[in-house]
Order: sequence, then C-alpha cells, then structure tokens
Amino acid sequence: MALLEIKNLSVGFDTSTGQFMAVQGIDLSVDAREVLAIVGESGSGKSVAMLAVMGLLPKSATVTADSMTFDGHDMLKMTTKRKREIVGRDVAMIFQEPMASLNPCFTVGFQLEEVLRFHMKMDAKTRRRRAIELLQQVGIPTPEERLSSYPHQMSGGQCQRVMIAIAIACNPKLLIADEPTTALDVTIQKQILDLLVSLQAKYGMGLIMITHDMGVVAETADRVIVQYKGRKMEEADVLSLFESPKSPYTRALLSALPENATGDRLSTVADFMKNEAAISGAPS
Amino acid sequence: MTEIVLEGRNIVRDYHVGGSFFGKAKTVRAVKGVSFTLEKGKTLAIVGESGCGKSTLGRILTLIDPQTSGELLIDGKAINIAKDRVTSEMRRKVQIIFQNPYGSLNPRQKIGEVLGEPLLLNTKKTAAQRRDLAMEMLVKVGLGPEHYNRYPHMFSGGQRQRIAIARALMLSPSLLVLDEPVSALDLSVQAQVLNLLADLQDEFNLTYVFISHDLSVVRYIADEVMVMYYGEVVEYGTRDEVFSNPQHSYTKTLFAATPKSDVESIKARLAKKKVAA
Ligand SMILES: Nc1ncnc2c1ncn2[C@@H]1O[C@H](COP(=O)(O)OP(=O)(O)O)[C@@H](O)[C@H]1O
Ligand SMILES: Nc1ncnc2c1ncn2[C@@H]1O[C@H](COP(=O)(O)OP(=O)(O)O)[C@@H](O)[C@H]1O
Ligand SMILES: [Mg+2]
Ligand SMILES: [Mg+2]
Repeated sequence: MALLEIKNLSVGFDTSTGQFMAVQGIDLSVDAREVLAIVGESGSGKSVAMLAVMGLLPKSATVTADSMTFDGHDMLKMTTKRKREIVGRDVAMIFQEPMASLNPCFTVGFQLEEVLRFHMKMDAKTRRRRAIELLQQVGIPTPEERLSSYPHQMSGGQCQRVMIAIAIACNPKLLIADEPTTALDVTIQKQILDLLVSLQAKYGMGLIMITHDMGVVAETADRVIVQYKGRKMEEADVLSLFESPKSPYTRALLSALPENATGDRLSTVADFMKNEAAISGAPS
Repeated sequence: MTEIVLEGRNIVRDYHVGGSFFGKAKTVRAVKGVSFTLEKGKTLAIVGESGCGKSTLGRILTLIDPQTSGELLIDGKAINIAKDRVTSEMRRKVQIIFQNPYGSLNPRQKIGEVLGEPLLLNTKKTAAQRRDLAMEMLVKVGLGPEHYNRYPHMFSGGQRQRIAIARALMLSPSLLVLDEPVSALDLSVQAQVLNLLADLQDEFNLTYVFISHDLSVVRYIADEVMVMYYGEVVEYGTRDEVFSNPQHSYTKTLFAATPKSDVESIKARLAKKKVAA
C-alpha cells in the first residue's frame, strides 16, 4: 500500500473574476522509501497541490478529491484536530525560502525544541539533547553553540539545514520538499540535495521533491510527475522520463535545456506547444 | 584586425562598511584586481557564487560605480567616473540589464514611455520620432505595437525581461552587461530570451558581458568564461578551455556540483543507489 495516495485532486480559488482552477484532477501516490519528483514551471500548481494535502490553503480555496489516504488514514474524513497532529509530525514540509520560513525573532534552538515540545511532548532536557543530535545529522558544525544563534546570523545554506532538522525532528514518514534549493548557490544546492536523499534513505522516508529544475529531478528522483497548468502531463520512472519522454510537454521541456541545444537556437516550449496544438489539440 | 571593445586592467573595488560611533569602519575588497579584454561581437560570461563580486564588477563596467583602482577602457579609451566627466556618448555605449525585470521598471510608466525615456534624456529626437523608434524596438524584441500603452504589471516575467532588453537597446549601445538576466525565468521563457539575445547580437554586432551562476547557460552562450571566487578571477579562458580543462579547484567544485541530466549520469546514480540499498 502506498504511503500517500491521492485520486483526482482538484483545487480552485475564488477570485474576483470567478473560480480559478489551480490543480485539475491530479492522481498521485508515493511509497515509503521512494523519492517522487513533481516538476513543472512556475504556476503549474505544484505548491498548491501539496498545501492541499497538508491542509494549509487559505479559505478561498476549494479542495476536492475522490480519495486521499496517508498511512492508512482517510485524510478527507479526518478532523482538523487529528490532521494537525499528523501534519508536522508524520508529514513534514520544507519550503524554498529558509530565511522566510524560520522566525527571525527566535533562536534556532528554540524553534527546533518547540516542534519537539508540541509533537513529541519531550521534557526540556530530552529536547535539548535531541536538538543537538538533529543539528549534527544535518551537518551543522558545533551544534551546541548554534542552538543560540538567530536565523540572520547564518547563511542561506545553514538556514536550510536547520529547516531540514526541524522537518525531520519527529521522524516523519513523508517529507515534502518544495523547491528546497532554488534560492541557493549550486555548490550549496548539491550539499542540500545530497543531505535530503541520504536522510531519506537512512530513515526510509517517502520524499516528494517539488522543483522546476530538470537537473534536480535527474539527481534525486526515483519516479517523476510532470505537471503543466494544474494537470498531470506524464508520470514515469526517472530513467524513462529522460530516455524516452512520452508527453510532448516533457519533450519540450527537455529540449529547452541549454545542455540539450542542437545548433544555434534553443527550442522553446511555446513553439513546441503551438506545433503540437496544431497537430493534435494539446491541453490549453 | 580584431576590435577590443572593453578592457579591464587590475580593477579593484573596496566597500567601506560600518564606521558608526561604536564600531570601526571595515574595508571589504569586493573585486580584487580583475583584468580581461573583450572583442567586439563576443560574449564574456562571468560566473561564481553569490557575493563573489560579479554585480560589483558589472556596475563598474557600465559606469554606474567607480573602481577604487585599476583601469577601465571602453573602445580603447580609459575612463574613471570618479575623475572624468562621463559624456552622454560614453553612457550610450554601455547598458546594463538586471535579473529582476519587475523591480527595474517603473510600475506607473507605460511601456512606450519606458522605451522613449532614454531617447528623451540623451537625444534631441522629437516625440514622434521617439514613438516610432519605440514601436520598432517592441517588434524587434518579439512584442508588438499593441503593447505600447500597457503598464509593466500587465506583462509576464519573460515579457518584462524583453522590455528591459528593449529599453537597454534604445540608444544603440555597443556593449550590454546582463546581470543574471534569465535567472528568475522559467525554462521555456529562458530559452526564448536566450534566443532573442543571440538574434540581437547577430543583428547589431553587440558585445555581451553575461553574468550568471548557471553553468549550462554559460556553456551555451559564452565565447569566453571568467570564474570569480571571493573577488578574485581564478579561471579565465575560452569556453572550451574552461569547460574541457578547468585548472582551479573551485572551478572543478562548481562543475562537480552542477546537476547532470544526461541518461548516462542518471543510470550511474541509480546503479550506485541499488548497491547501497
Ligand atoms: N491563494 C491563492 N489565491 C488565488 N490563486 C492562487 C493562490 N495560491 C496560488 N494561486 C494560483 O495557483 C496557481 C498555482 O500556484 P502554485 O501551486 O504556487 O504554482 P507552482 O508551485 O507550481 O509554481 C498559480 O496560478 C497561482 O497564481
Ligand atoms: N553597496 C555595498 N556596500 C557594501 N558592500 C557591498 C555593497 N555591494 C556589494 N557589497 C559586498 O561586495 C561583495 C560582492 O557583492 P556582489 O558584487 O553583489 O556579488 P555577486 O553579484 O557576485 O553576488 C559582497 O560581499 C557584498 O556583500
Ligand atoms: Mg511553488
Ligand atoms: Mg549579483
């Protein structure tokens, strides 16, 4: 049985010009010990879909699905209270901007221990020990000293490591990483991706990696969902996706990569979709 | 004979930071003696991680900030904006385009005015001439006359970057410094903007300094590559030299960290993972 299984997920937003469908009929499943990448350009509904799973969307959003189960629990029927227990403990999420997700007014140690207090009901001494251990696991040097640092006293890469420490604090079964390296330099990106994948393997977590970057997909995923304008264009194991992409949109994305350029010009997704629409009527 | 459009000789830039009542002022050397030459019609890419001094150098090359020491030569003429008066002819020649296409456009200015403004400030062209030239430029960058009366917020990120490029080209510069021009754009839009830059370079024989942290883009667009690390140039050569035979350990680290999306690399990763499991 899959760890997370969603059938026919749709999310609409009430806007001044009527309802806007940000996610339209997505099926998705991820197993324990599996890395699923969701890739698509900005606005394709990647974040909204995951926020819907976490129950973190604003009131203007309408979420519908035929089914949504996590670890055997029916998430559609679950009470808000029960959901709040699970989210942050069994399912954890990290976001693109580590600086923005950490609270600038509190020390790293406080923020880490707060999660342990809320979800794990640990006493102060145990919390502190666990906090140090977690910072060690995410590769932060001299963790005892770091506990009393504020976010602005650390680099972007260090902040993202702290975010990861907070996310794995309660041994989640599923970790959702939403563009975790987009704001970072490539050398730091590499370290963070390696860290995420090694933690995923070590603890047998499911990992959903949201990204717009085909390189990140190639470096981390087992399986991939390609999303475009709220719809799923293709789902494949990572090698098949790069070796023999089925959907015209995936082919367009791959051929827009500068490293795949042939000759003087890059093919663009717009060109590709235009041609495709003329031939077969691609989704709009 | 080749024509050297831009030359730097040992360019240094210091920033003085702090210096309040309590703390002593500190000097940060952001650019530590950069030298290079760039031929007309060529593209020099500057790469390196954030904070290594790329933008600081870019602002010096486009006469926005002065160098602390060293020489800058444009079309063979030495210029130091701290000492020399910058002629409007000099200003016309070098233009800069920034990463964030929205932040660099005035939200209350219609696109037509955005494009007409450089002409208004730097030339004696009439309103009608300015309008015609702006319309022409819109078409050149892949937009249309119908966009003339629209405001920046009505455009997508890629379109705004086209507008910024159009504005920079209004005075027919010979040198464009592009500071991370596609870093904020989606892949498909990035491809369009890179194609546009290639077309414009061919058409006007433009010289580019292309600042980027994305090696796959650099490999695609550059003739020459300069790698900066903490304000220093650690590697400088033709694209093929740098990519096929990097000398400095930082360049090698950078290459090793760049994600590989070719099928062989994916196969190798999966095989390694299988062994570990
Ligand atoms: N609170 C909201 N109200 C209205 N529209 C929203 C809201 N949040 C997101 N959207 C829209 O939903 C679409 C998908 O957004 P998102 O999931 O953030 O995209 P991605 O993460 O793939 O870049 C976008 O068009 C976005 O503008
Ligand atoms: N106006 C400024 N005052 C003080 N320090 C600055 C200023 N601008 C840049 N710096 C410093 O100079 C260094 C180089 O910055 P920058 O040129 O912006 O790097 P890059 O564009 O490669 O990211 C950094 O350490 C930065 O903090
Ligand atoms: Mg997103
Ligand atoms: Mg910069």
